[in-house]
Formats: sequence, structure tokens, C-alpha cells
Amino acid sequence: MKLIYERSQEGRRASSLPRTDLPVPEVPEELRRERPPRLPEIAEPELVRHFTRLTTRTFGVDTGFYPLGSCTMKHNPRVNERVVNLPGFRDLHPLQEEDGAQGALELMWRLQEILAEVAGLPAVSLQPAAGSQGELTGLLLMRAYFADRGEPDARRKIVIPDTAHGTNPASVTMAGYEVTPVQTDARGNIDVEDLRGKVDEHTAGLMLTNPSTLGLFDENIEEIAEIFHSAGALMYYDGANLNAVCGISRPGDMGFDIVHFNLHKTFSQPHGGGGPGGGPIAVRERLEPFLPVPAIVRDGDAFRLDYDRPKTIGKVRGFCGPFGVFVRSYAFIRSYGPGLREMSEVAVLNANYLLARLKDAYELPFERLCMHEFVLSARRLKREHGITALDVAKRLMDHDFHPPTIYFPLNVPEALMIEPTETEAKETLDDFVEAMLEIVRDAAERPELIKEAPHGRPVGRVDEVKAAKRAVVRYLFEDHPDLSAEPSRARELEAQKGA
Amino acid sequence: MSYLSLTERDRDEMLAAIGVESIEELFRDIPPGVRFHGELDLEPPLSEPEIVTHLEELAGRNVHTGQEVSFLGAGVYDHYVPAVVDAVLQRGEFLTGYTPYQPEMSQGVLQAIFEYQTAICELTGMEVSNASGYDGTTVAADACYVAKHVTGRSRVVLAETLNPQVRQVVKTFAPGFGLEVVEVPHRDGVTDPDELAEAARDAACVIFQQPNFFGCLEPAPDLAAAATDAGALPVAHVDPVSLGVLEAPGAYGCAIAIGEGQAAGNYQSFGGPHYGFMAARSEYVRRMPGRIVGETTDVEGRRAYVLTLQTREQHIRREKATSNITTNQTLLALAGLVHLSWLGPQGLREQGETCMALAAYAKERLGLPLLFPDQATFKEFAIRVGRSAADAIRAARAQGIHPGYALRRDYPEMEDALLVCVTEKRTREDIDRLAEVLAA
Repeated sequence: MKLIYERSQEGRRASSLPRTDLPVPEVPEELRRERPPRLPEIAEPELVRHFTRLTTRTFGVDTGFYPLGSCTMKHNPRVNERVVNLPGFRDLHPLQEEDGAQGALELMWRLQEILAEVAGLPAVSLQPAAGSQGELTGLLLMRAYFADRGEPDARRKIVIPDTAHGTNPASVTMAGYEVTPVQTDARGNIDVEDLRGKVDEHTAGLMLTNPSTLGLFDENIEEIAEIFHSAGALMYYDGANLNAVCGISRPGDMGFDIVHFNLHKTFSQPHGGGGPGGGPIAVRERLEPFLPVPAIVRDGDAFRLDYDRPKTIGKVRGFCGPFGVFVRSYAFIRSYGPGLREMSEVAVLNANYLLARLKDAYELPFERLCMHEFVLSARRLKREHGITALDVAKRLMDHDFHPPTIYFPLNVPEALMIEPTETEAKETLDDFVEAMLEIVRDAAERPELIKEAPHGRPVGRVDEVKAAKRAVVRYLFEDHPDLSAEPSRARELEAQKGA
Repeated sequence: MSYLSLTERDRDEMLAAIGVESIEELFRDIPPGVRFHGELDLEPPLSEPEIVTHLEELAGRNVHTGQEVSFLGAGVYDHYVPAVVDAVLQRGEFLTGYTPYQPEMSQGVLQAIFEYQTAICELTGMEVSNASGYDGTTVAADACYVAKHVTGRSRVVLAETLNPQVRQVVKTFAPGFGLEVVEVPHRDGVTDPDELAEAARDAACVIFQQPNFFGCLEPAPDLAAAATDAGALPVAHVDPVSLGVLEAPGAYGCAIAIGEGQAAGNYQSFGGPHYGFMAARSEYVRRMPGRIVGETTDVEGRRAYVLTLQTREQHIRREKATSNITTNQTLLALAGLVHLSWLGPQGLREQGETCMALAAYAKERLGLPLLFPDQATFKEFAIRVGRSAADAIRAARAQGIHPGYALRRDYPEMEDALLVCVTEKRTREDIDRLAEVLAA
């Protein structure tokens, strides 16, 4: 399909904006634009058709089942889109005086209260833009906390299990800390013996996803908390998998000191093809003074922004955070109320049902019940039929399913990480099971069909190596290369896709 | 209300298939000591119409820019967002998909990001753009991180005329990045190239804003040259709306161009979600943070798009990644692409000219002293209202006009200064009313 730039014709346009007959001041010559940007020149009918055609080549939760593990691809209620587009929210300037933004401030204050209750921790900042920014913010809180206690340089190490999302170690580096890896034991928990030798007076904290990326709740969490707290270190909860435990087990009660939420996962902000997200954090009292500014506080019946926080780490993004995300998530939570518990229960029920029906046909690395997601291995298919996790993922597309996350976590070979979420119907889960079982049968009987999948998508398997080597990352107009003239092979890296 | 699909019968059948008696049993791995007993202390569930009523009530206690004639800018702007943007963003395929990890399923959104990257490169005169950053503040911190690794230097220089929130965010992340932040004061509303050159010695990068926070046009080519001469990367923070009339950072020697995309295609939305853009010269592509879409071909030689250069990223490189960004702002960036496609080059230039013409009219018409009378401006300018700006704002708002931003909030010495923004949505009549209200 053509790029929008290839549909462009000089002199066409879609826009009509008010003009004025007032004189336009001269821009000083050295600052004046010399060559106009080659933006598309296209009329509105073709503009709409272009983007509509792009949507037909895009798969969303609205299109079908999307069990991308660790991403919590649940249904996005449309009422949330209606309310976020109310002019009082949509057209509200972030620097509006507080008396003209009371509704927005109240909504944020209420969301803070809700998140504090769900986390089991008293203080919340909504500001971080996404989960990974929540992580970085949390680590900066640790730095500020230890600096305030007069031990800024002594504690440099952050313990991270080998199952962690890549964001955790990346955030650690960006916070100026160092990663101390810890292994997973035979039951899928943190290896407590390995851990004991690694936590000491140089440890700033732990980053843990619980349930883990294996979809398993760490059975030794109390002992782990004891190890860190007795060493004077802090515990950070990566909330990527919070959808499993709302109202069932609270991070604060598990011993965590800092938690981030992924509003785009647990609380149904639509994923938008890659974003926006929201990554609020909740913390224990002793960390509250360091939270980003402004804080949103209530004074009697009024709400205001409080910048008077002398120990704050500062601001981590503009204004108060991604407000539109807050509106959607707040609306979502209000539809459940305390029934958030049932949301998590059904998420766990759906996952265990899929697990029960698939674990014999694939390999289950840890023989346990799962939480909201689980990880299978396609190792046996690979050994017996040469069919990899990547092949399984591609063949699922022929069954009109989005593939699960693959090749993650890293300690499971040929990993397929499946998260159905609570919003799927049993029939959908049954259809998915049938597809997964059919792939196992096809692997034995007609493996080529799987290796050549997908069939009938707008493109087949792509040449990732060529993409990286040629690095054509924008349209080059008359100089644009014809990559199809160069040899092409399906070269996909067996690298993590998803999570 | 809930969004669950299972019936009681479904649940019973599923529990039987799992081999457990109850849902409770599914949670047996959670130690009793960390179980939450009882009910979350949250308000009872609401039905859909009740949610709408409740949220309408909250929204109704805000004063939005459809209710006040707004001259408020300072980083977020009341520009027109065309209807096609709304239409495209509400398409469920774009709205509810995620990062396009599987290219066969997501060619549409991958192509859209590729087209967005092209638009950002064209706007900024750069050779490579990422798929978006969080906002106009965080991309500045990202640029510092890139510059640190490219130059091996650990000091960054920020012009004091750079948006205060952008500077605050850079300062927040600087200790973790191992960076020291130096600020260069303004001289009569703009940055002095000689002073910048002095500060840029041994610096990793220099960030300035064009037009700057006061609305003034910086001597951007001179600032970029000063940075380059000192071996620091010149980074321009630019307003996309200005780039139809103002020169592209790539054309005057910047290494990196960043900015807040909101003015191009996003509603104000009380400050977010919006998109930050980041573009650079191609030599820095392997140090760029975030997602990048590249063109390739599929097994049959057909053109295809795919997330590429991923060995920069956290999920491959972990603690050695160029950044930790995962979820970005794709949907907002897509809005930016649709908006810029709707405008086209001619529309973008006209929009910029209209803003400039109206702003020039307002400068004249308000008849109040300019804070920086010698400087050329774009769509914003600072005036002195002769009393506390907060008082002037209060008085004007009582008349249904929001006259602008009190600069004292960030620059304590500017007690009576008001930053006025004029977009293409304001009319001469609006400006005449503003003049009357401020004169009163």
C-alpha cells in the first residue's frame, strides 16, 4: 500500500483555517524557513481513506483476541471515550487557575485515594507517564531517601530476578544504580538462598513483579521482604501484573514500599498502538516527602496543587501527568467499585482454564496453578518437528488471533506467554485452545504450513535483518530506495516480542 | 457494572476443567499473611449512565477554553484540532492495539509510525525520528542522555529561556544519568551566543528553545554554532506550529531536535497525554531512545514495516539499553501525523502566519509595555500589566477572558509580567476585548 507521501499532489490540501487580512510581520531572514517541509498534500476524502485503509491492516482488542502476555489487553469500554471527550476535560488548559480546574483536581485526588487503597500504601503521585517511568521515578525516590538518611553512596545495588521485564534493569542504569541479578528456583519463585548472599548494606532495594512474568505468585514473599527490610533496603513493586491481585493481595501488605501501576493495563486505558500509558506510583509514608511535585491535596471542599515539598525529587514530566488517562481509568474503576476483586478473580480463572487445557499439548515449565497469565514452552515442538515459538505465533494469525508474547521470560526456552484477561468469553478461550491444539497436530502432520505462516495477512514474514542493516526509517521521496529490488528472506530474530 | 463475559455456568465448567472446587482455590499460592481480607474500601459500582452523570458533574466544575476566551499558552496551546483527527483516533484498530511486535498483524500502525517519523524529520530537517517520547519535557532528558553517551561528557547546558518545566524534568533525572546541569541566564529575553559558548565548553549538549518560553525568537543559528564550536551537541526545542515559517533546526546545524507535539493535533487535556518528538542526524540513530520503525520487505519481496534497531532497546539490551521507554505515545503521535497531513505544507505556513499576524496586532492593540521590546516574537509575547499579573488574571477572568500566564510563577522577578498567547482560533474581536479588559 502506498505511503501518504506517495499519494501527495502539489497544490492539494485538506485544511481550512481562519485567515486574517492583518499584516504578517517579517521573520528575520536568518530565522526564516527556507525550504518548506514536504508534508503530504492531500484532500480530505483521500486522507480519510488512507487512514481507514491503515486500520484494516491493524489488529486491536476490538478486532479479536489479543493474549499478549504481561500487556493485559482487556476490553476498553467505550463510555470511557465518551467522558474523556467532555469539553470540561478535553479543552482544559493545564495552567488554568485552580478555581477553574476543581473538577479535574478532584478527579485526580479521588484516583489517588483509590490507588492508595488498591496498593495498600498511603501516598500516591499520578505523574509518571508510563510504567517504565514509574520505575525510574521509584528508583530516584530510593536515591533521595538514602541521601536524606546520610547514606547516598553506600547503597548502589538493586536486586532484580532473571525473570524481570527488561525495563527494570534499564531503569536501574538510568537511575545510576547497578543490577544484582538473582535466580529463579525450581518452583518459579526467587531463589531465596541465592538472594541471601546478595543482599547487604550496599543494597538499595529490590525490584520485583509479583505475580512474576511466569504468572506465578512468589510463595516466599514474606521471607524476601524480611531479608530486604532487615538490611535497611527498600522494595519496589512492578505493577505490570497487578491485574491478578486487585482486592486479593495488596503490594503494601506484601512488604513493598513503592509500587507503580500501569493504568493502560490494569485500568483499561486503551493501548493506542503503543501508548499512551500511565504509571502512577504509591509509596509508604517515609517516602512521601520525596514524591514529584505538584502533589494534589484536598483542603476541606477545595482541591489544590501543592509545590511546597522541600524534599521532592522534582518533576518527572510536564504538568500533573497524562490527565486523559486518569479520566478513563477513573471511570473504569468506578464501574467496578470493590468489584475490582472479581475482575482479578476472573482474569485468574480465565488464565487457569487456558492453562489446564493447553499444558499437556505444550510444556509447562513450572507445575503450578497460575495467576492472570502463564508461560508455556514450545521446546518439544521444536525438538520433534522443528516448530518454534515464533512459528506457533505466526500460525495463530491464520486463526485470527494475535499471538502471545514470545521468547520472554528469558529463562524459559521457546516461551509462549499467554494472558487472556478477564473480559474474554469462554467461547473465545475455547476457540483459542482449539487453534493451539490444531497447531500441535499440524506440527506433526504438515509442518511446512506452520513454517510458512501466516497466510493471507497483508505481508508474510519480514526480513528484520534487512530492516536493521539498511535502516530506512523515513520516506526519502525521489531518493527512496527500492528495497524489493534487493534479495529478501524471512529473517526474524528469535527475540522477545511483547511484554 | 462490569465488563466480564462469563456466566455462572461458564465458571462452573471452567473450574471443573481446572480441577478445583472454587475460585478461591486458584489463589492458594498466596501466603495467608499477605492475603487481603474483606472488601476494598471503594465507592459502590456505578452503571454506565451514572458514570456519565458523575463525570459530567466533575467536568462541569472546570472552566475550559470554550467557556473563556483564552490567551493561555506557555507550553500547551489552544490550536484547532480537525475533525479527521477525532475520526481516525476513534478507530478501534488503532485505539485498542498495542506496540506492533508482530508486523504481519500491525502493518497499518507500523506504516503510520513510519509516516509520522517522516513528518517529524521533514518538520525539523533531521534524518531520523523515533516513534515518540512521553512529552516535551521527557524528550529533553532523553536528549541529554544521548548527548552524554555520544560525547562522553557529563555536563549539560540549558538556556534559562527554555520552558521551566522542561528544565525541571532534566534536573530531576540528571543525578541518575550522572549529569550536572548548568543554566545560562537570558539577556533581554534571549540567550547570548557568547555566554552560551562559554558555558558549552566541555558540555555534552546545549538545549535552547525556539521560539523561547517568552515567545521571543532566539538567535538560533548562532546558538547552534556556539555549541558546535565547543564540541557540545546543539539541541533545539521547537514548536511544530512554528516550523512552517521558522527555519528547521537541521538547517542551522542542530544535532537533535525535540519538542512538545501537543500543538499539532492534540487537545489540551489538562496537560496530557500528548506526545514528545525527538529527531536527530542519522549518525546518532543507534543511540536514540524508544521505538523506531523501519522499512524492509517480506518473504515475497513486498514492502513491509517493522520495529527495527531493537538492539538499542530495553527488552533486548536490558541494563545496557539506550533508554527504558516501552509504552510511548503512539496514538497521540498518530494524531500529530493526521493533523500535519490535514494541514499540508501550505496550511502549516498559513497557520503560522495567522498566529504571527494576530499576535502582532495584539501587541499593538493592548498598548501595554512589552517585557522584551527589542525581540521578534512568534505567537506569544510578554507584557507588563503594571500590577500583579495574578490580579490582572483574576480581573480578566471575571469578564470571561483568560489573559495569559503569570511569568512570576517561574521567574519571581517578573512580578507584573503576563505571557500572552494568540492562536489562529482567536479573533480581532477577542483581542479587542482583551485590550479593554486589561486597560480597565
